[in-house]
Amino acid sequence: MYLADTSSVVLAAESTGETVGTPWINMTIFGAFVLVTMIVVLRASKNNKTAADYYAGGRSFSGTQNGLAIAGDYLSAASFLGIVGAIAVQGYDGFLYSIGFLVAWLVALLLVAEPLRNTGKFTMADVLSFRLRQRPVRIAACISTLAVTLFYLLAQMAGAGALVSLLMGISSKAGQSLVIIVVGVLMILYVLVGGMKGTTWVQIIKACLLIAGVAVMTVWILGLYGFNLSSLLGSAVESTGNSKILEPGLKYGASEITKIDFISLGLALVFGAAGLPHVLMRFYTVPTAKEARKSVVWAIVLIGLFYLFTLVLGYGAAALVGVEAIGNAPGGVNSAAPLLAFELGGSVLMGIIAAVAFATILAVVAGLAITASASFAHDIYTNVICKGKADPRKEIRVAKTTVVVIGLLAIAGGIGAQGQNVAFLVALAFAVAASANLPTIIYSLFWKGFKTRGAVWSMYGGMGISILLIIFSPVMSGSETSMIPGADFALFPLSNPGIISIPAAFLLGWLGSLGGQREDEIKQAEMEVRSLTGIGAEGAIDH
Amino acid sequence: MSEASVRSDDPVNPTDNIDFTRAQVSPAFADLRKKHRSFVFPLAAAFLIWYLLYVVLAIYAPGFMATPVVGNVNIGIILGLLQFATTFAITGWYVAFANKTLDPRAAALRDEMESGVYAAERKG
Repeated sequence: MYLADTSSVVLAAESTGETVGTPWINMTIFGAFVLVTMIVVLRASKNNKTAADYYAGGRSFSGTQNGLAIAGDYLSAASFLGIVGAIAVQGYDGFLYSIGFLVAWLVALLLVAEPLRNTGKFTMADVLSFRLRQRPVRIAACISTLAVTLFYLLAQMAGAGALVSLLMGISSKAGQSLVIIVVGVLMILYVLVGGMKGTTWVQIIKACLLIAGVAVMTVWILGLYGFNLSSLLGSAVESTGNSKILEPGLKYGASEITKIDFISLGLALVFGAAGLPHVLMRFYTVPTAKEARKSVVWAIVLIGLFYLFTLVLGYGAAALVGVEAIGNAPGGVNSAAPLLAFELGGSVLMGIIAAVAFATILAVVAGLAITASASFAHDIYTNVICKGKADPRKEIRVAKTTVVVIGLLAIAGGIGAQGQNVAFLVALAFAVAASANLPTIIYSLFWKGFKTRGAVWSMYGGMGISILLIIFSPVMSGSETSMIPGADFALFPLSNPGIISIPAAFLLGWLGSLGGQREDEIKQAEMEVRSLTGIGAEGAIDH
Repeated sequence: MSEASVRSDDPVNPTDNIDFTRAQVSPAFADLRKKHRSFVFPLAAAFLIWYLLYVVLAIYAPGFMATPVVGNVNIGIILGLLQFATTFAITGWYVAFANKTLDPRAAALRDEMESGVYAAERKG
């Protein structure tokens, strides 16, 4: 659509098929990041003794450190490259999309973070099964945790392959597969060696680099326009020849279906962030609920600033790089941010931004891997198979084995998904988190009448409905951009299931709790008193 | 404390001898819960409605959003930036409320429980 509008614009640079920037600079800076983080992870691993060390970093991080780590965990390469590109090409609709990712944090701040920290130890299931029957609830929560983290992980790994062609000049399939293997192996190493402490430090370092890099580019661009947002916007319109980039509608306004689809996506974003297991697990790394609150405050400030910066970067890329140059570059929309960095600061700045994008992938996948492994080892192995009586050292060994298995799965999946359109996986992860996890979290924290049957119905129902609707959506079949373009079994018109699956999961949780077995009222009293007062919550571990 | 289990019936659990049912029905806890809920629930509902209103305006009233205000800055950009502003403001407001109203009450209750005000009669 935008191509038709801008076909008259003269290209500033012809970049078809060529790699901009210097691949060896990109690789050197990325190598330096890996080296520094490995040293930090090795140092952090010295005090890893107990399960609380391995899963929760000894609960010894400060709210500020954890806020940085949350930002590092949450701001994926898709947020950075994808949103800058979306704003550059689709204008306002990219900005509209980014806002949901920030506003969602208010759910975490107001309703989830502190009670979760007060009532759980390592995983989301700790909270959900606190006063309900352990076995069915833990199994459901673990399956949903694995589903969300694997969808997210696969999207990141496939994205890593695509990034290489853009940033390192590797376009062969074998070369990209090699990079996916390197990312997977590094992820396994970070988590095996460093546990949650190591993972947290990787995320903190990455968050500092990402936000600093984006801040420098933002000030640089604003400086070029005399710190006047209006003239930046004017220049973006002039360069693209399309005044529509300043108003909503370029992407989501195409038809009635795309409009409802965006509302559905917006709901999944707002309810999903506080249901992402890898985000929830971060709240256990601080000593108290007050520090958990402080973590969210820092996360909101950093994530908010980040998305404000991407607004400037996106319109800056439209103005300085141009929509056609972005569209013709090897990575398409995702190349907007690196091309903009090249435009501003040449090969060196582009190398830094490219390395930051890679560091972003590494930090996010490490967080996902430790979350999935903790959930399997702690929820399934210890609490379901061993009925809560497993040897903690054995549990950590199970967790470490799980990390290796997940890493290998992610590598295989990432290689297999090359060239596939897997961008929908992030939206699917948010939709499953919003439908399978958040309703049960909210009900079990705030509704006395909530029962095991309600939790199980809501979790499996929310998960099943989201996944089924995606399978029968245009994402899978029925259009040229589908995963299976040849077939057409797209019975559901929307690509985002949230608008159906989230209300359905809330409804199922309520319906399931109407009848069913009575729950332990003493445990309910204990959970409620603990969630608000913090009594009995585990503090930091001294070494 | 045992690392392997989250179940609070661990023999070493320090909260073992607290009667949570009595604590739950105490006026002090009822007050804390009421203060907490009457603050966070309306605020959560308000920000959700405000976000949905913004999204619906952007999707169904693009013409209104395109109305210029200052130079190239239109209503859409301003409402979008306002979403950031309200998110930051709600964060600050909640933190101030929690520090001033929730934390002292929670700490007082915790102290009472730890000093045995809600001690359970030893069972078996």
